[in-house]
Amino acid sequence: MEKFISHTGAAAPLDRSNVDTDSIIPKQFLKRVERTGYGPFLFFDWRYTPDGGENPEFVLNKPGYREATILVAGPNFGSGSSREHAPWALQQFGFQAVISSGFADIFYNNSFENGFLPVQLPEETVREILDRIRPGYELTIDLEKQLVSDREGFEAYFEIDPFRKHCLLNGLDSIGLTLQHEDDIAKFEERMGLEPVASETT
Amino acid sequence: MEVRVDGELPPGVTAKDIILGIIGKIGTSGGAGYVIEYTGEAIRALSMEGRMTVCNMSIEGGARAGMIAPDETTFEWLRGRKFVPQGEEYDEAVERWKELATDEGAEYDEVVVLDAGELRPHVTWGTNPEQVVTIEDSVPDPAALPVDKREAAERALAYMGLEAGTSIKDIEIDRVFIGSCTNSRLADLRAAADMVRGRQVHPNVSAMVVPGSALVKWQAEKEGLDAVFTEAGFEWRAAGCSMCLGMNPDILMPQERCASTSNRNFEGRQGKDGRTHLVSPQMAAAAAIAGRFVDIRDWEAAPA
Repeated sequence: MEKFISHTGAAAPLDRSNVDTDSIIPKQFLKRVERTGYGPFLFFDWRYTPDGGENPEFVLNKPGYREATILVAGPNFGSGSSREHAPWALQQFGFQAVISSGFADIFYNNSFENGFLPVQLPEETVREILDRIRPGYELTIDLEKQLVSDREGFEAYFEIDPFRKHCLLNGLDSIGLTLQHEDDIAKFEERMGLEPVASETT
Repeated sequence: MEVRVDGELPPGVTAKDIILGIIGKIGTSGGAGYVIEYTGEAIRALSMEGRMTVCNMSIEGGARAGMIAPDETTFEWLRGRKFVPQGEEYDEAVERWKELATDEGAEYDEVVVLDAGELRPHVTWGTNPEQVVTIEDSVPDPAALPVDKREAAERALAYMGLEAGTSIKDIEIDRVFIGSCTNSRLADLRAAADMVRGRQVHPNVSAMVVPGSALVKWQAEKEGLDAVFTEAGFEWRAAGCSMCLGMNPDILMPQERCASTSNRNFEGRQGKDGRTHLVSPQMAAAAAIAGRFVDIRDWEAAPA
């Protein structure tokens, strides 16, 4: 998994509450067997018109937001169906992080497992960012310092679970964490008379 | 987080109405950061199927999971089932399971209390499960809602093609979906069949029943429920997720309006621009017959 330490990039506003995972990545795209290629389908029903063209009204189709890497959304982002494809699609579109006043629990956890940072800030702070955003507006998210800032003097400190922070800073998902104990696992397996897992894959 | 439902459910009010009522009260993020334990007399009185419906939709209330302490209802439901310990081992297991319940006097981080006697059949009007009212109500006026709910409500009404002030009973529907992990267990299908027996699906409505599992389908067919539905004009389908999320071709056409027993009414969930109203199986079945939402408490017993 990629590390997340600090990131500076253009912010895009998605000023609606309860953005659910069906809206983030509709179900007809969940049948792929790969973990890649979801970017073009992000927010599909909002992003495209029924004839398949781009919907010019949708924020991510507007100049200055197309290249955004930080999404700033209304409350309760990521609600609904448990699907890891939601953080995948956001990442593969180009987003590195999403800022909201609250996240649905499952989406929140899935994001960390995929190196995608959900930043939780008080609702009035998210509102302030939404008011500041214009095409090309950039934010910096410094995970080490737990700080969101812009070049105009805006700064907001965010809370994050220390363990989650450690995992992102070091690029560790659950598998990566487990593999840190690979030597112990191998020793245990030897003691139990099992073939080490690593040798089964060769 | 404890959600306690005191008292007794009125007739025609189901487990689905309990959980929709809870989500209407706490909101779709009200359970965020919690696992919900459901307690109280009305929860104790539910069948296992009803308890599963309630727990299933904990996610819609923002919680990680939902649970209900095991009791005689649980043990009876488990007895003799495949993969459950049998004979003496079963009795020993029950003794262990009895210890799983929350300690008397345990403190919860959050407590929410509802009075079951106050609950009514519920119908969602919007595009998330907290946008819900009872069958006695009308589509709410966004201006009358708390400030932070207004914009989402206006967006939802536009998507749903509804006007504030419309009585829920005046909303006409095109499709009915009785299915999903939330509400297509055997007890759900029996209750829905009781509403449609000897009646006919409204000519403007296309209705389908999709059993929750192959086992439920088999049991239902053994009881003849499939015939009750097909004679009334429902499609009787193979078990699966079907139009809960429309990963297969079972989808709503744009602007089609559906009474659905599933758990999610998000934009596009059942098909792009499709309009989903979440209800109990009984409410969905009655709506299929009437062509609009009806108060099942006024629904006369089916002709024999």
